[in-house]
Amino acid sequence: MTLQLAAATYRYAGAAGPSLHEIDLELAPGDLLGVVGPNDAGKSTLCLVAAGLAPATIQGQLSGTVTIDGLDTRSARPHELAQRAGILFQNAVTQLSGTSATVWEEIAFGPRNLGLARAEVIERVEEAAARLAIADLCARDPERLSGGQAQLVALASILAMRPAYLLLDEPTSQLDPQGTRLVGEALAGIAARGETGILITEHKTDLLDRLCTSVLVIEEGRIARQGAAAEILADPGLPAAGVEPPARVRLMAAARAAGVELDPEPP
Amino acid sequence: MPDYVQRPPTEPYRSLNPTTKLAIALTEALVAFVVRGWTGPLVVLAVVLATGLRAGVWRAFLPFLLATLPLIASILLVNTFLYPGATDLIARIGPLAPTWTGLVFATQAALRVIAFAMSVALLGLTTRPDHLIADLERRGMGRRAGFVLGATLRTVPRIGERAREITDAQRARGLDTEGSPWRRARGLVPLAAPLVFGALSEVEEVTMALEARAFSAPARRTPLRSFPDAGWQRALRWTLLALSLLAIAGSVSGALAFLP
Repeated sequence: MTLQLAAATYRYAGAAGPSLHEIDLELAPGDLLGVVGPNDAGKSTLCLVAAGLAPATIQGQLSGTVTIDGLDTRSARPHELAQRAGILFQNAVTQLSGTSATVWEEIAFGPRNLGLARAEVIERVEEAAARLAIADLCARDPERLSGGQAQLVALASILAMRPAYLLLDEPTSQLDPQGTRLVGEALAGIAARGETGILITEHKTDLLDRLCTSVLVIEEGRIARQGAAAEILADPGLPAAGVEPPARVRLMAAARAAGVELDPEPP
Repeated sequence: MPDYVQRPPTEPYRSLNPTTKLAIALTEALVAFVVRGWTGPLVVLAVVLATGLRAGVWRAFLPFLLATLPLIASILLVNTFLYPGATDLIARIGPLAPTWTGLVFATQAALRVIAFAMSVALLGLTTRPDHLIADLERRGMGRRAGFVLGATLRTVPRIGERAREITDAQRARGLDTEGSPWRRARGLVPLAAPLVFGALSEVEEVTMALEARAFSAPARRTPLRSFPDAGWQRALRWTLLALSLLAIAGSVSGALAFLP
């Protein structure tokens, strides 16, 4: 049971060349994989391809294979994929349906689309809200939330689909430190249960340092490096790849330069 | 299901089935335009205002009324001063020749516009869009049609907010949006472009976000709530339909010509 990309190459419709080249990647439930890289490296495209939205929804050309629990994304319909892999985008506002009067109904939007029994819709909404500790937001208007709250609601809306895999495309890029902390804690809680495979692209490497077990670096649509999070995030070549190392690593480097040795284990 | 999702309204008009309120609004709008002379718009206005008073929303009619002012003003000006063939002058003001015929026609047309706007306003003020959509979906309206209707109803205030944000941003960069009408009109150009292009650029992401939540699933959407629909409300809707058809037939055939 994995989300698997094998030699996946993807070119956007009308683009001169591919945005992803020969990507091999495997994500199992319980995995927490961070993806870093400079702008335009292909991180968002990787999420779209892994979720099956590219090419199904936005066209383009995919070669190689992308399977979610054995289901080829090219032969699956979008609603079938939505129940296997959930995707969260950078902008929380565009992820809200725009039709719900309350956060509760917003979270129920996906399960209702599946035509589930009302009792199951209620159970899924309440479970998703409880997992992200946003039950107190449920009566609020989704249009009147802070960025961090809106992103948590968007995440809860995806969790209510009960996907085995989560693909998070810079989920904190538009959030302030408080919002980032809220989302980070929520993701740590999901990861701690070990039931969901999470792929998260981020510029904020501190978040990846706290959450991820492994990290891959993507450059010009290709996987440049891949390995344990502590090892990759401490790679001195990371800044040259357009990625700022996490504060912990920078502190260690500064301390080392000053002749002080610190405990290298992440907190 | 939490109470705030159920939210059964208590006021009698608000607690009508949403589709009944839609049928009332459509009939009012149609009668206002189809029944000629003073009768159509005045009867509709009387009914709408009485209902608004009873439902406790009459004060909220004002913004809707104000929104019709530019259209009302143009109707009054064009028809009063330029009504073709009218000779019964009110007065001669230089090259301008307002006529009584034009003024009467303009006032009736303006009343129709106001009656139409107030009937739509009454629906909007007494019916939550999500309730109306849920009830229409229960009656078989397609998911996409329901989404477009719901998103449109909820998008209007959001567009207003975004327009204000863009205006503030443009002002911060020196754009003059105050002063004469010409200056204000010039200020619309740098406002419209980011508003339209911003909305268009979001379409793809919104589409993907909807697909990620199984929007295209073939199953029938789970209803969250049901709305009371007593037999008398069904009878009322059929009566309104019959009334609308009669009004159209009477207007087309001239049978309603005796009305003032």
